Amino acid sequence: MNFAVPTEAFIMLSMVLFILGAMGVLLRRNAILIFMSVELMLNAANLALVAFARQWGQMNGQLFVFFVMTVAAAEVAVGLALIVAIFRNKRSINIDDLHQMEG
Amino acid sequence: MHNETYPQLVPLLIIIPAIGAFINMFWGAKLGERVSGYVGIAASLLSFIISVLIFSYLSAVHGAASVINAPLGLGSWIRMDSIGLNIPWQFRVDTITAVMLLVVTGVGSLIHIYARGYMHGDPKFGRFFAFLNLFLMFMLLLVTANNFLMMFVGWEGVGLCSYLLIGFWWDKRGATGWRNANAARKAVIVNRVGDFGLLLSMFLIFWTFGTFDYYKPGEVANVPYTLYTNGYITAEQAKKGDILAVNPAAESQAAETHGDAHGETHGAHSKPARETLDNSQFAPSRLGVFGQTEYLMSLPEGSPERVINVGGLELDFSVMLFLIVIFMLVGVTAKSAQIPLFVWLPDAMAGPTPVSALMHAATMVTAGVFLLIRANVFLDHAPEARAIIALVGALTALMGGYIGMGQWDVKRVLAYSTVSQLGFMVAAVGLGAYVAAMFHLVTHAIFKACLFLGSGSVIHGVEHGHHHVHAHAHGHGDDHHDAHDEEDSFDPQDMRNMGGLARRMPITYWTYIFATFALAGLFPFAGFWSKDEILADAWHLGFDKGNPIGYIVLGILLLAAAFTAFYMWRQVQMIFHGEPRSEAAANAPESTLWMTVPLMVLAFLSLVGGFINVPKGAPFHGMFKDYEFKHFLESAVPHVTVSPSLYFNWGLALGATFIAFAAIFFAHSIYAGNKAVRGTARRDPLEFVPSAKPIWLLANARMHWDNIYFAVIENPFNRIGKFLADVVDWRFLHDYFHDVVIKKGYDGVGTLLSKPFDKGIIDGAVNGVAWLFKQFSSSLRLVQTGYVRVYAVALLLGVVAVVVVMVLPLLQNG
Repeated sequence: MNFAVPTEAFIMLSMVLFILGAMGVLLRRNAILIFMSVELMLNAANLALVAFARQWGQMNGQLFVFFVMTVAAAEVAVGLALIVAIFRNKRSINIDDLHQMEG
Repeated sequence: MHNETYPQLVPLLIIIPAIGAFINMFWGAKLGERVSGYVGIAASLLSFIISVLIFSYLSAVHGAASVINAPLGLGSWIRMDSIGLNIPWQFRVDTITAVMLLVVTGVGSLIHIYARGYMHGDPKFGRFFAFLNLFLMFMLLLVTANNFLMMFVGWEGVGLCSYLLIGFWWDKRGATGWRNANAARKAVIVNRVGDFGLLLSMFLIFWTFGTFDYYKPGEVANVPYTLYTNGYITAEQAKKGDILAVNPAAESQAAETHGDAHGETHGAHSKPARETLDNSQFAPSRLGVFGQTEYLMSLPEGSPERVINVGGLELDFSVMLFLIVIFMLVGVTAKSAQIPLFVWLPDAMAGPTPVSALMHAATMVTAGVFLLIRANVFLDHAPEARAIIALVGALTALMGGYIGMGQWDVKRVLAYSTVSQLGFMVAAVGLGAYVAAMFHLVTHAIFKACLFLGSGSVIHGVEHGHHHVHAHAHGHGDDHHDAHDEEDSFDPQDMRNMGGLARRMPITYWTYIFATFALAGLFPFAGFWSKDEILADAWHLGFDKGNPIGYIVLGILLLAAAFTAFYMWRQVQMIFHGEPRSEAAANAPESTLWMTVPLMVLAFLSLVGGFINVPKGAPFHGMFKDYEFKHFLESAVPHVTVSPSLYFNWGLALGATFIAFAAIFFAHSIYAGNKAVRGTARRDPLEFVPSAKPIWLLANARMHWDNIYFAVIENPFNRIGKFLADVVDWRFLHDYFHDVVIKKGYDGVGTLLSKPFDKGIIDGAVNGVAWLFKQFSSSLRLVQTGYVRVYAVALLLGVVAVVVVMVLPLLQNG
């Protein structure tokens, strides 16, 4: 099957996006930015799933993506609420301020 | 006239005194003297009425015995079916029991009435009657039992009551209280020795027979006699013991009644079938102990059934029987005050006088004689043991009489007299004269109770006289009954303080004289008949059968009879005749009716009591039935029928009477008038006769029996006890073993355990483990930084690692 854009390109983009997201999660201190980076990683995975679905002509990948998006939306709701709660407590959303669990 | 249900009343004999004792024990103090006295007397009199009913029944049915189970389902006592052990609460009503019942309840009732007067004013009045009723209950249990174990319960029970009543005044001030308590303890300790013997005897009985029952229900004790009284055999056949014989008259009569459809019953008592009377319905091993004895002794010696295996020894049955009877004798020597265990009885006089009369003269001390009479079948088949019993009894009779001659205390004289008379009874049993022993038991109970109650009346009078004088001298105090608490040197029981009381106390005097004549054996008082029968049996055994025991016992008993008459007349002279030797005696009043009425009844019985068993050919014998008492006992004493009836032995009777009179005159010549006590030291006139002095002093010192016991048993015992306490217990066990070995050793082991072991090893191990974990965790905790980033990196690395692990094999394969 021939496509205008080859699947490899999508996978490469997905990889780039995932690495960007992972780097963001690991390196940023702002909780909202980390959160956004997590979304980036999710979407990178979504992209890979859709790309493979197109490659193999099956709907399973697309179906997964819907679930992932739904769960991500829910996660955003919960995650933002957590961040708001943290901010109310700490007057900051810098995650390095949250190290009370230090051993 | 009689009623079949009378024997069923036997359990009431136990229950009624028990209720009386119960009431007085718990409410005696509250009820007051009047009510608690009436409760006690009523319980005793009711028992007496029941005893009379039972007696009337038995005499109507020729002594046909019955066995009564305890009512209300209480019949079962000790039962183990797996080994065939079954000891029930079962009463036996036969003629021996009936005689004992009449003696115990009859004399007992009179003494209860007397005690109502004697104990008047005592602070522990209710308790006294509770104990008396309790005693009555146990004594009745003892005599009505149908097995040895139940008898033993009564035996121990009367021992307990004896202890309680000897020590009744333990709380008197000063040395008297101590003396009373010690006397009670002595009675218990001496009786333990005897009880041990009786227990051994009972163990052997159970080992030999496998049962304790005297007779099983339905078993007949004296088969020939019972067959004869029911008309199945004739008197001659019964005498020969031919139980298989047939009475021709009975045969023809039976045929007639069979022919007549409406055959009238003969009397109220219908005739039992012959096969129920000859014990043929029982297998030999299912018989009671006495039935088994008769059966085993009828087998030839050496037959396998007669061999009893005891601890590896194979003994013949007759040897076993000898051992049983000898151990039983040990029990009897304690309870019935025989040599060598009689020493408690004279001390037992510390109890109140009604107690001395009831228990230590009339009833309890005769329990041993009763037991031997009960076991007459054993004794009959153990002639060697019987010879020993006869000698023990005769020697006791002699010794008791001898010591009695040298005593000052009015009750002590009577106590030794009791020992002596019990010796007569035991000797009679040993001669095989069970009926004579029982006869003497009955008459002795009557006249000795009369003597004791008379002495109590005298003591009471002297005590009152003493307080009368005392009160007048000091002009104050009219409450005589502080009497028991007061401690002074005046002894109201010392005959040296008496004299001339005949004028002050005429009723007591005359009753005392009657009983004295009975005890001395003067014709026609009760003691004459019973003592004469014992002597006649000894004569018969010696002269007619040629048994040397007969001569020996006859000689000893004649001498003892002389002593008896001598010490009794000495006592009468000292108490009643001459001039008063103290102010108290001069002012002694006669006792109240509560006390004198029982005395008069007993004195009357002392006069006529002997006529129940008048021998053939004796004076008066035409007025009474021959040997009525003997015939009454026959159904329960199997071998009586076998020995021929003795005729009155004129020579012996005259000889014995002459000896008694001679002894009385001899005593009279020594003690008459004012000669009873001599000198300022108040000694016995015999002490001024050089030849008689050592003899009298030996009697006065009670033949040193107590000193010998002290030297031989008590002092070594005390020394051993002291050694054990001082050296072994205190110095060795406490000071050395306890303080040194145990304490130091314990300390050492404790130190060893606590320091190196506990602190070192155990604590070290526990702390070491903790230290290890601490080290381990302190390095691990560094991992937990608390920074989310770090965890995220770890997560990422983990995922990478997992991916690598999963992908690598694919790459290798691909």
